[in-house]
Amino acid sequence: MAIFNVHVIIENKPGISDPEGETILNDLVLKGTHSAISKIKTAKMLKFTIKEKDKKSAQTRVKEICDELRIYNPMVSKITIDVFDS
Amino acid sequence: MKIGVIVFPGSNCDRDMYHVLTDVFKLDAEYFWHEKGLPKNIDAVILPGGFSYGDRLRSGAIAAHSPIIKDVKKMAEKGIPILGVCNGFQILVEAGLLPGALLKNTSLNFMCKWTSLIVENNKTPFTNKLKLHQKIPIPIANGEGRYYVDDETLKKLKKKNQIVFRYSEVVNGSSDRIAGVCNEDGNVVGMMPHPERAAESEINPIDNKPSSLIFESLLTTIGVKN
Repeated sequence: MAIFNVHVIIENKPGISDPEGETILNDLVLKGTHSAISKIKTAKMLKFTIKEKDKKSAQTRVKEICDELRIYNPMVSKITIDVFDS
Repeated sequence: MKIGVIVFPGSNCDRDMYHVLTDVFKLDAEYFWHEKGLPKNIDAVILPGGFSYGDRLRSGAIAAHSPIIKDVKKMAEKGIPILGVCNGFQILVEAGLLPGALLKNTSLNFMCKWTSLIVENNKTPFTNKLKLHQKIPIPIANGEGRYYVDDETLKKLKKKNQIVFRYSEVVNGSSDRIAGVCNEDGNVVGMMPHPERAAESEINPIDNKPSSLIFESLLTTIGVKN
């Protein structure tokens, strides 16, 4: 068994408006000189620390927890899971 | 006849709801802390507004796993009337008892204002005294009140007559101006606006009668009044 850091990013599915990201883009970034930026999306990240036998098991286990406890609402959100060695 | 008012850590409209039920409509109501179970002799359950668990993770997401929710689900299956107001609506959605999601208002503001609802379904336990398309002047007070459903779910809601209230104008970017929905059986209703803040003439500058009818509907449903 080893310790892994698992990052879960929760963000709106494509097509669902993200007014916070739009405000950061339009009212902050684009009001400066950063015209190369075309999109900003906000998301929430949860960092899990987990003891598991390997990276794949750590990812599977965290995904199961997210689904079981409805850590994200599948009607509007999707998650991306990244696993790192601690 | 007893109405259960569930109290979560962070509920703040529980006393307003209890006051309206007991002082205004002379109902027997009782508070139930979220860690306790609900007794079997409860005739209706209300999940009041507030900020359960400080809206951590997202509104209603943590309270949806409180021990009492198991009993709420059992009662929902039995057909007992269940109403969720504001955060109570968010909790019912997160518990999977109602479809959809509640997102941040498009304005990104906490919105506290009077608005107007249109009754779209007057067959539920909380709307049977209202007329179809009747207008209800009522306040909203929320930051995450933008009801969202995908197109497929929206079609299903329309087909099964699950849209209970719509805003009469665009308020916060909700899908199809939806302000309240019910489950397929119609006994579980959730709404973002606050009927308990609009059912008395002293605190309703427009017309308290329509919001009163939400509670009168419940009285009729549970057999206290014809």
